[in-house]
Parts: sequence; structure tokens; C-alpha cells
Amino acid sequence: MKPTFFDEMLLADGTSRPAYREVARWLEERPRGMIRKKREEADTIFRRLGITFAVYGKEEANERLIPFDLIPRVISAGEWRFLERGIEQRVRALNAFLYDIYHRQEIVRAGRIPAEMINRNAAFLPEMIGFDPPRKVYSHIIGTDIVRTGENGFFVLEDNLRTPSGVSYMLENREAMMHLFPDLFAKHRVRPVERYPELLRETLESVAPPACKGDPTIAILTPGIYNSAYFEHAFLADQMGVELVQGSDLYVEDAALWMRTITGKAQVDVLYRRVDDAYLDPLAFDPTSMLGVPGLFDLYRAGGVTIVNAPGTGIADDKAIYAYVPEIIEFYTGEKPILNNVPTWRCGIPDELAHVLAHLPELVVKEVHGSGGYGMLVGPAATKREIAAFAARLKADPANYIAQPTLALSTCPAVTDTGFAPRHVDLRPFVLMGDKVRITPGGLTRVALKKGSLVVNSSQGGGTKDTWVLED
Amino acid sequence: MLGRTAASLFWMSRYIERAENIARLTEVGYRISLTPDVGSGHREDWKSTLIAAGCLDGFLAKYAAIDGEKAQYWLLFDRDNPSSVRNCLETARNNGRAVRTALTREMWEALNSTWIEFAAIRPADLASGRLPEFLDWVRMRSNLFRGSLLGTLLRDEGYHFSQAGAFIERADNTARILDVKYYVLLPSNETVGGDLDASQWETILRSVSAHRSYRHVYKDRYRPWNVADFLILSPEMPRSLRFSCEWVNRATAGLSAATGAGASAGAHAGALLDTLKTANMDAIFRDGLHEFLTEFLTRNNAVSSAIAADYNFI
Repeated sequence: MKPTFFDEMLLADGTSRPAYREVARWLEERPRGMIRKKREEADTIFRRLGITFAVYGKEEANERLIPFDLIPRVISAGEWRFLERGIEQRVRALNAFLYDIYHRQEIVRAGRIPAEMINRNAAFLPEMIGFDPPRKVYSHIIGTDIVRTGENGFFVLEDNLRTPSGVSYMLENREAMMHLFPDLFAKHRVRPVERYPELLRETLESVAPPACKGDPTIAILTPGIYNSAYFEHAFLADQMGVELVQGSDLYVEDAALWMRTITGKAQVDVLYRRVDDAYLDPLAFDPTSMLGVPGLFDLYRAGGVTIVNAPGTGIADDKAIYAYVPEIIEFYTGEKPILNNVPTWRCGIPDELAHVLAHLPELVVKEVHGSGGYGMLVGPAATKREIAAFAARLKADPANYIAQPTLALSTCPAVTDTGFAPRHVDLRPFVLMGDKVRITPGGLTRVALKKGSLVVNSSQGGGTKDTWVLED
Repeated sequence: MLGRTAASLFWMSRYIERAENIARLTEVGYRISLTPDVGSGHREDWKSTLIAAGCLDGFLAKYAAIDGEKAQYWLLFDRDNPSSVRNCLETARNNGRAVRTALTREMWEALNSTWIEFAAIRPADLASGRLPEFLDWVRMRSNLFRGSLLGTLLRDEGYHFSQAGAFIERADNTARILDVKYYVLLPSNETVGGDLDASQWETILRSVSAHRSYRHVYKDRYRPWNVADFLILSPEMPRSLRFSCEWVNRATAGLSAATGAGASAGAHAGALLDTLKTANMDAIFRDGLHEFLTEFLTRNNAVSSAIAADYNFI
């Protein structure tokens, strides 16, 4: 069958692309019963390890597995080189942008971004103005969401500069695949991903605060076991050999951050927090927060601890700012963007709102501050009634929304109940920035397992695949 | 090690131990309900099971009257009972999850697969005589956890906190079981001792899986004096107060050696063990078995609190 979307594996004539040749042959050779058996085996592996994912708002199913699809997504060496260059350019520019808007705001002075886009933005943190984080890096851990629509059509969908998750799935998916299909790895030269925890540690150590002498102590701050990404927090702490702490384990005293230990206290120099800005410090932000540490933010500004990612990075991955990223790249790097942006209408602007309202059935509309696929409209997949209801919400608060064309996300074969079938995928490579930029080859491929669905979020029934970057 | 990590390890082991003990108590309650009614009646027996499990008040707050089916549900499945097997297994797993990195993979798998399998069991499935099989399963899972802990965990602080939790819980459980039926163990009863009493004594031994080992040690029929001696003072009986306290002491000593802290916990645990080592059943009966057990429960609890205070459990 000729695919109507760009297919990662198949060419228009039904033969497979070079990078997928072995995978295609392997799929043909496998008896069906084998796949079913391997699926069950994979399920057991993941469940036993406790890789579960909490879905908000579904109490009875508050822990369930993210479906894992057995067919790998393959990226050729050439494709990856291109992506890598584009991603590095983008994260460097966005970090430069963050430094600028919390200092002289040259980009605003130059008239490239309207001042109110920054200063009135809820994600802009005035408390960060004038502060220099170590190495001037704000976003150290980034998950750049990329979609593909054609041979050379790569688009960045979201920059995820706050606390991106999913890296543990990248690592565990690879573990599971190597366990399930060692023969397949023997036939390919797949670039390894397992150094990620080490690279993360190096990155975190490289941004130790000025007050830290000697080897920095790192800790991961989690909201606790009920957080949807708790498994990942524990996993990363374990892999890096650092403490996994909650707010109640920490306190600020004598210009330092301490963990409460069984023998007293131990100092923390770098805090990789998986807690949102608002909950970091009840004295600086939300006073009702039980998840944070009183006095943490003042200590951070005084150079006693490094918070990773820095508070206030959300301004740069805000969906309204997103439309300006090509400008941002040109402004700070002097180069043309390597990776495309998706064309974006800002509903706060009356002309653009009118266009969006007139074309809702074709568009994807998202909340500016939303994430995880919640509160969005996928026009082509929505009923008339859903579109009408969404239009009402949009008109009530237009500045809260942006709209984008529905992208023809590429497909990749997936295992379904009725055999192999193409399903839409995206890609989230994981990027680290400290003393340098470190990008792990591949990343997490998310797959919309429902036929025809374009929503890959795990909260909306998406699954994941192992992602292979081949060596030349 | 974080104070919270220590607390979670301690409570994780306590709750697994408790799940096992509740299962054993339920098994005994169920067994009595199957034996012919002699004298006091079934209702009373479920009542003493609920008391021994430390959850009678909660039960009566929810249900008007005691019957076997409700008591079983309450002991095994009820979310409103903090010590139901369901809540024990879930709390143990949540504690383990909170300190996932301090557990070995085997320990985590034991906790996690237990919880997953438990979640798939519907109380209705246990009708028609499948209860004993289920209670066996609970004990087996506790054994699996204990075995993976003993077989894989480094003998460092984490191990000692786990052991302290398990044995404090075990001592607490044994003391409660004795206290519920202390009056049938009084020496004055021995002369009276008819069939009813003999079956009561056996019940007590069964509640701590000691009815067979009793015979090996005492080579005699059940006598209340011996039963009390076995469960309180025997250094060999693995669920006796003395035995449990020995292990709590090993844990507190191990912690002190590793950390240089824990003076108060060590003192409390040591003093309680000394009391048991120097006690004899004559004196205990003379001064009052019930009073002895009440004091033991208070002091055992004080050991738990001292560990929490010494090691910064939050």
C-alpha cells in the first residue's frame, strides 16, 4: 500500500529506505506468534521494573505502562548530523536569548520582539533580572520535539526548556530491545545511548556554583512518588549515583543548602529540580508550596547553589515566544535557522485570530502554557461539536492560544492487533548544555498508536519506540 | 543516607511484616470459625482477632456488628483500615518506591509484583474456600521479600533500618496476641483447663506459627505456662519477644557502629533486651502478665521513636 504520509521506512514504490533495510527484512521473517510473545515479554520487563506513568485525572489507573512498540525507529547517520547541528544552534540561541532578556534585553531594544511579549508574559520571572547563572546557562537539560513531514522536512514543534521528561524511557527502551532482539543489534551499528547519565552528571558538575570548592554534590529534587515522572527521577538518581530528595529533606542554613541525613546534614551544590518554578521556594514564589525549600532562591542568587534548569526558562519555550525563535536564532548567532519552525498564528492578534477561527477544522490549536497534549484541539480529528465548543473557549481568551497547521507527521511501522501498520511518530532528542553541548544520539520516539491519530502524548494514548541512530 | 530514606526502609519492612502477621491472624480466626462452637461462640473469636490485629475500634466505627465476612474483609481489603493487608502492601510498596534507589532490584521486584498481583485479586474471588490459599500467598510474598532482602541487600545502614522495622513490628504483634488472651494463660487456669482452654492455647501458638515447634521444644501437651514462656522468653523461637529484641539490638548496634549516632535508640533497645534476659515466668506471673505485656508494648514503641529521633526520620 502506498503511504499517504511520509513513511520513515517505506519509499513510494514500497521498497524500504537503506537505513531500514535490515529491519524490513527482519519484520518479514518474523513469524507473527513471535511478535506476540515478545510483546508480552516486554510488558513483563517494564512492569516488573516499575516503569509506570501516572495519568492525571484517572484515579483507578493512576499507574500504568506507556505502551512500548517493538519496531525501532531508525535515523541514518546523515540525517542525524543535520539534526544535531540544528539542535545545537537552537539551544545555544535560546540560552543566549534567556541571558539577554534577564539583562539588557537587546533583542527588545532592537525591535525584534515586542516588549510586552516578554515583560507581561506569565513565564517571565522578574526575580531573575540581573542574575548571572554559572556559565550563563539557563536551560541545561532540553528535550527538543521534532516532527518530520518529508525527506528533508524537519520541524521543531516545541523546545521544552523547563523540565523535559522521557529520557528514562529512551534508556530503558534500549535496554529492553537489546534484551529482546540481540540478533537485530548484531546486524546494525547502532550508536549507544547509555552514556546519558554520565553526560548528565558531567553537565551538572560543570555548572557548580561559585561557592563550591572541590567536587560538587548533586541531588535531584522530586515532588514525590505521586508525580507522573517519579520513576524517571528515581531512575536518574540511581544511574548517576546521587541522592533523590524531596523538599522536606532540604533546608537552607548558613548560606548553604543541606540535606537532612541520618547523621545530621550534607551540603548540596547542584540541584537538578523536577519541580516547577512556582513551587521551588515558598518565600520567593507560591507561599503555599510544600514541595520546595524556603530560602532556596535567595541562596541561588547569592551563588550558594545552582538550580538546574534555572528558574524563568519557561519564557523561552512559551508557545507565544515560539513564533519568534527564527528571529532569535538569527539575532544571537547571525546564522539562518537550520531547523524549521512550524508556522504559528498568535490568537492574541485580532487578524490572526480571525484566520484561525475561519480555519479551525484544519488547524491544531494549543494553549500557550499548556503541555502534555491537554487542552488542545486537533481540527481534522475533531467533531463539529468539539470545534464549536473550542471556538467559544478561544474567543473568551484568545491570547491564551496559538494555532498551527496540522502537520502531516511521518509514519513508521508499528505492531498493532491486526499486524504491522504505519503510525505517526515524533522525536524528542535529549540535549545537555553546560561547559559544552552534549546531544545523545537519537532520543525518544513517541508514536500515536491509535489509527490515524496525530497526538503522540503518552497522556493521550501514545506509545514509545527505541530510536536508532546508525553509524556510517 | 537521607533521614527520609531511613524512615521509608524502616516502615517498608514494618508493613510487610504486618501484612504477614495480619494474614496469619486472619487464618487463625477463619480456622476457629470452622471448628465446632464451644462456649463463647464465633463472634467473640473474630472480636479477639480484631483486637489482636489492633483494629477493633476502627471496625466498630464502620460496622454495627461483628460477623466473619465483614471481619475478613476489614482485615484483608478495607481501605479504611490502615492495617488491612491491602493497605500494608500498598504502604510498603509506596515506601519502597520512595526509596527505590536504596533497594536492590530483587527487593523492588518482590514488592512491586506482590502489589500488582494483589491489585488483581477481587475479594469475591476468595469465597468458596479459597481464603486459606490467599493467606498462604500473602505469607509467601512476605517470605519472598524477606528472602530477597537477606540475599541481596548490602549490610549497611539500609539493612539495619529494615531489620529494626521488621523486628519491632514482630515483637509488637506477638505481644498483642498474648495480651488479648493473657487470661487463658494465667497459672490458675491450668487446673481448670478443659478442652476450651487447650484450644485457646493452641490458637495462640498458631497465630505465631509455633504450634509445631512448641512440641519439639517442650515435648509435652500445651500448658499455658510453657506457651507464655515460649512466646516471651525463648531465645530460639523466631517470633518471641526475646528473639525479636535480640535482632532489634543487632540493628541498633549496627547503626551505631556505622554512623556513630543512635545513643538513645541503643539505650532503649538494650534496656528492653536486658529486661527480657533477666526475667523469669514466675516473676512475670506474680507481677501480672497483662501489666508486663502492656509495659513491653510501650517500651518497644519507645525504641521505635528513639530510632526515628536519633536518625532524623522526618
